[in-house]
Amino acid sequence: MKYNIASGPHTHGGDSSSSLMYQVILALLPTSLFGLYVFGVSALLVLLTASISALLAESIMLYWRGVNQSSLFDGSALLTGWLLALSLPPATPLWIVALGSFFAIAIGKHAYGGLGQNLFNPAMLARVMLLICFPVELTDWHAATPPVLTETGLDLNPYWLGIDAISSATPLAAEAPMLAVRSLWFGHHAGSLGETSALFILLGGLFLLWRKVINWVIPTAVLLGLALPALLLHAIKPDQFLSASTHLFSGAVFLAAFFIATDMVTSPVSVKGQWVFGLGCGLLIFLIRTFGNYPEGVAFSVLIMNATTPLIDHYLRPAVFGSRPKWFKEERA
Amino acid sequence: MRAFAKPFRGGIHPVGYKEFSQDCAIEKLPAPKRVYLGLQQRNGTLLSALVSVGDSVGKGQLVAKGANDMAVPLHSPINGTVEDIRDYVSAHPSGIKIKTLVIKNNGDSSWSQQHGSIHPLSLASDEMLQRILDAGIVGLGGAGFPTGIKLRLARDKQVHTLIINGGECEPYLTCDDRLMQEYAVDVVLGSQLMAKAIGARKAIIAVEDNKPASIQALKIAAAELHDIEIQVVPSLYPMGSERHLIKAVTGKTVAPGTLSVELGILVHNVATARAVYHALRFNRPLIDRVLTVSGAGIEQPKNLLVPIGTSVADLLSACGGLTMSAQRLVAGGPMMGQVIPSPYTPIDKSIGGLLALTDQEVRDEQSHDCVRCGRCVAACPMGLMPFQMAAHSRVSDYDGAQDYGLNHCLLCGACSYVCPSRIPLVQHFSHARGEINAQRSMAQKSALARLLTNARAERLAKEAAQRKAEKAAKAAERKKKAAQRKAQQASESGE
Repeated sequence: MKYNIASGPHTHGGDSSSSLMYQVILALLPTSLFGLYVFGVSALLVLLTASISALLAESIMLYWRGVNQSSLFDGSALLTGWLLALSLPPATPLWIVALGSFFAIAIGKHAYGGLGQNLFNPAMLARVMLLICFPVELTDWHAATPPVLTETGLDLNPYWLGIDAISSATPLAAEAPMLAVRSLWFGHHAGSLGETSALFILLGGLFLLWRKVINWVIPTAVLLGLALPALLLHAIKPDQFLSASTHLFSGAVFLAAFFIATDMVTSPVSVKGQWVFGLGCGLLIFLIRTFGNYPEGVAFSVLIMNATTPLIDHYLRPAVFGSRPKWFKEERA
Repeated sequence: MRAFAKPFRGGIHPVGYKEFSQDCAIEKLPAPKRVYLGLQQRNGTLLSALVSVGDSVGKGQLVAKGANDMAVPLHSPINGTVEDIRDYVSAHPSGIKIKTLVIKNNGDSSWSQQHGSIHPLSLASDEMLQRILDAGIVGLGGAGFPTGIKLRLARDKQVHTLIINGGECEPYLTCDDRLMQEYAVDVVLGSQLMAKAIGARKAIIAVEDNKPASIQALKIAAAELHDIEIQVVPSLYPMGSERHLIKAVTGKTVAPGTLSVELGILVHNVATARAVYHALRFNRPLIDRVLTVSGAGIEQPKNLLVPIGTSVADLLSACGGLTMSAQRLVAGGPMMGQVIPSPYTPIDKSIGGLLALTDQEVRDEQSHDCVRCGRCVAACPMGLMPFQMAAHSRVSDYDGAQDYGLNHCLLCGACSYVCPSRIPLVQHFSHARGEINAQRSMAQKSALARLLTNARAERLAKEAAQRKAEKAAKAAERKKKAAQRKAQQASESGE
């Protein structure tokens, strides 16, 4: 029996931060495995490199800052590396991948003071850094070449085995042929490693919602923020503006809505703030895609909104229980 | 739709653990060998003993009282002799010792005086309130505020609705549940009397929907009474909080910084209602209470009716003792209860539970960095941002913490319960509150000291000025006289 003083509550729900992180990684498995299936060995190498170098960078930074190495496997570093890998083209040179992971962990996270302190989503920060430094490699999209089951057995494409590669345009590039929404759902097209299939991302997202790791506000707000202006402008000038469904199901929108914008550290905590944040992300994605010159709608939008998070948290606090708006007059019974 | 209707934002559903003791009927604990009655109340007020060492006291006899109504009188729960008046461990988690009356049992369990039954509805409001004050009743829900004072305040504010709190939202605790089932009539009549004492139009007994047997029993007991209403509220922690219960029952919100009586609503606990009934109907003082002894660290969880002043050790032995895995003793529920510093701690009037918890139940783990997941914000029933308050408190920025609503915090522990990083949020808040109080009283003290110093300087200056004036007056007098003399001399010589 311990009689020493201890603060309540003397019970706990049982959740831990690292279990949350690993649940997010678990939720990323469907789209990750699908990425490996579509893009083959080179994608696997990218994923492994990003994850391992993220852990390595985390270990180095923890040692350097004099923090206990026990937090190395809390899942946060692995998740950062993993998300970065999913956002990269499947055949990115591995040294660029490793550099990105190091940047994400060292600059994106530890320079701000470590877990929970960073202003920007580390994976997106690294993604944008790589894009700016290595624009050619980062826009070298490879065609989807999944194995096909033929009469003679499983047909493995040499491109799939990573021996060679063919470039292709992503659905969002100007020269790309219009892809049917069905194709975007199932993701048999060029694109980033883990972003091609809206369906598999959605599966993971629904898992997170079910496990209550994330709440529904940010994903809904992101999708609405993108879909509403797209619907409006497409209705006005259908030939000039992409349809809302193409916007929603292409590129990293679903990944952003369920996995990137919902990053706990860099998103607002109040429900009001989450609406503003999510709608802002969606609207910015639409604006950047439609009027911007960079293809990076998602990464830029998320980073810009990340920068506003402290402001949103400051101004949009939840209302204290019982307080009322000034115009409200209480009736005495 | 009830499953979807949330009466207030935030709140949590902690694991109940009520199954340990919910089917245990209330057992009357035989009076222990000794009882220990602390002569200092939770709020710090001191009581002075009316008996001395060696005196024999009877069950129900007044043994200590305070200087004013904030100090509720204390009655002996047993027949026996005053063995000692000495410093003894109290229920405060710091283990601080307070002056305590030790009464040795003589084995006789009868009441010392006949408490004749009276018809309480014939009493005037003032007399009812006086009887409640004299019976030494405090709120038995845990806060321990003197019931008579609360009722008097409510009457003066012309409260129209009395809500009786049968929520019992803390995990493990089942004593109120059992009390409502087994003493439904006492609770109902006590509520009716309380409503009458303050002039309220009706009383609503609010029970959480996870206590069907209690709801049934109360409905039967109140069937004939039109001014008593039984209302079912959803199970959501902290439903026991006054503000949240009022919201769930009436839909009204008590504005921050105001009291519920300003809305015309008063909240009391079911156990308090029963004590009031006993005080008014039988003129019996409060000398015992029902409490739950539970937790995986207890051999036989029970609901017990125990004399006030029974030691924790006596309660544990009445419940078959501790199991090998028991790690922590808690007074009250696991959410807001406090660690018991010693097995010799006596039970005071406001302890509603004794829990022996194992490490598996406590889940006290190393805390990690905050990841800003926002779960504390979603769980906070007061609409605060606990992680911000904790961050400010940790760096002693108490103004910042207050800016984020520290003063509105109920210390209910919902935020700590859900925090995946296991940050001891409530600990930060209680610490910050303590610091703010200490700073405030220091500021008051130094303001007072400054006032006194200034007054003294002023007084001295005034006195000095007065002396100087007197001196000057005297000197002037002398000069005048001298001048007169001189003039006289001159006139004489000139003659």
